[in-house]
Amino acid sequence: MFESPDKLVLGFLTGVIFGFLLQKGRVAKFEVIVGQFLLRDWTVVKTMGTAVVVGAIGVYALVAADAASLHIKPALLGGVLIGAVCFGVGMAIFGYCPGTSVAGCGEGRRDAMVGVAGMLAGAAVFVAVYPVLQPLINGLGDWGKVTLPEITQTSPWLWIGGLVLIGVGSFIAERLSGHGPQGRRGSLTTGAHA
Amino acid sequence: MANPFVQKSWSPYIVGGLIGVLSWFAFATADKPIGITTAFEHTAALTEKAAVPGIEQKNEYFAARQAEGNSPKIGWEWMLVVGVFFGALLSAGLSGDRTQLWVPPLWANRFGPSKAKRLTAAFLSAALMMFGARLAQGCTSGHGISGTLQLAVSSWMFISVAFGVAIATALLMYGRQGAEHV
Repeated sequence: MFESPDKLVLGFLTGVIFGFLLQKGRVAKFEVIVGQFLLRDWTVVKTMGTAVVVGAIGVYALVAADAASLHIKPALLGGVLIGAVCFGVGMAIFGYCPGTSVAGCGEGRRDAMVGVAGMLAGAAVFVAVYPVLQPLINGLGDWGKVTLPEITQTSPWLWIGGLVLIGVGSFIAERLSGHGPQGRRGSLTTGAHA
Repeated sequence: MANPFVQKSWSPYIVGGLIGVLSWFAFATADKPIGITTAFEHTAALTEKAAVPGIEQKNEYFAARQAEGNSPKIGWEWMLVVGVFFGALLSAGLSGDRTQLWVPPLWANRFGPSKAKRLTAAFLSAALMMFGARLAQGCTSGHGISGTLQLAVSSWMFISVAFGVAIATALLMYGRQGAEHV
């Protein structure tokens, strides 16, 4: 039932840094998440986009050096697509995602705390009805645990290079458009810009 | 220059870059992608196992996860979630960004100041979100960051559809008028 103590300590340490960064990045705030979906505050996309570009370079380098392996989730079309629709509706109403709601609890947000209880309830329902969900999850086909380079038979570095170009291009475009590195801020975003 | 730890916010590019580096750390030290919702599923499964005798025989969930080598447990992912809470607590504490907010202003502006209404909506929407994440086997972290950075087909599919649906939902909920209050 318990993993080894070193795994538990490493998990906790990784989590503390992750939670610290989510809070400093202001993505544990309802206004910032909903502001992104209303296309008014681009903090979420900037944060995730940078994480993906930087992360991809290092993780693919680790894999190339045989120091890590990829952990790809299967492209079970039913599960991924229906799951994404439920997730999108839920996240827009809730105003936090799973990780940022836990971080929002650390910030003291009461609605995030109630939401964490709701997430446990949602997980409990999922486990309880797992058998009847199988036709839904598997019914639309399974492409397997595949990556974009694999299905296109190209080098991953081609894709990572493309992501870097998009990232750097967006950054420069934003600077030139005069919105500044923090993006537009409105009246109801409460965090002071230090 | 001010101590960055006591600042309320950092640039999203700095934060994103550091999350990227943290994902290298997770892969290099634990050979794991950062994800949140597995721990919730495992907690629910362990609770149901304790509460309902014989559920392991009746519900194929347990056999399926065992076959994947992913039996419910208190592991790296579980401690990651605990850590996220304490990391955010530390960050908000150091910068004085702690709050006791029940109803976010943007919500109150559109749906009124009722705590009961906001908390009911939060509970149900969070449950739906988690249900969706487990159907798809990942969330904003597991698919949106860890999966997309591995260039996984499932993850790019998930995050495109999830964010598209979330944008449509938010625009329907708040409309043009609400958007102007952000």
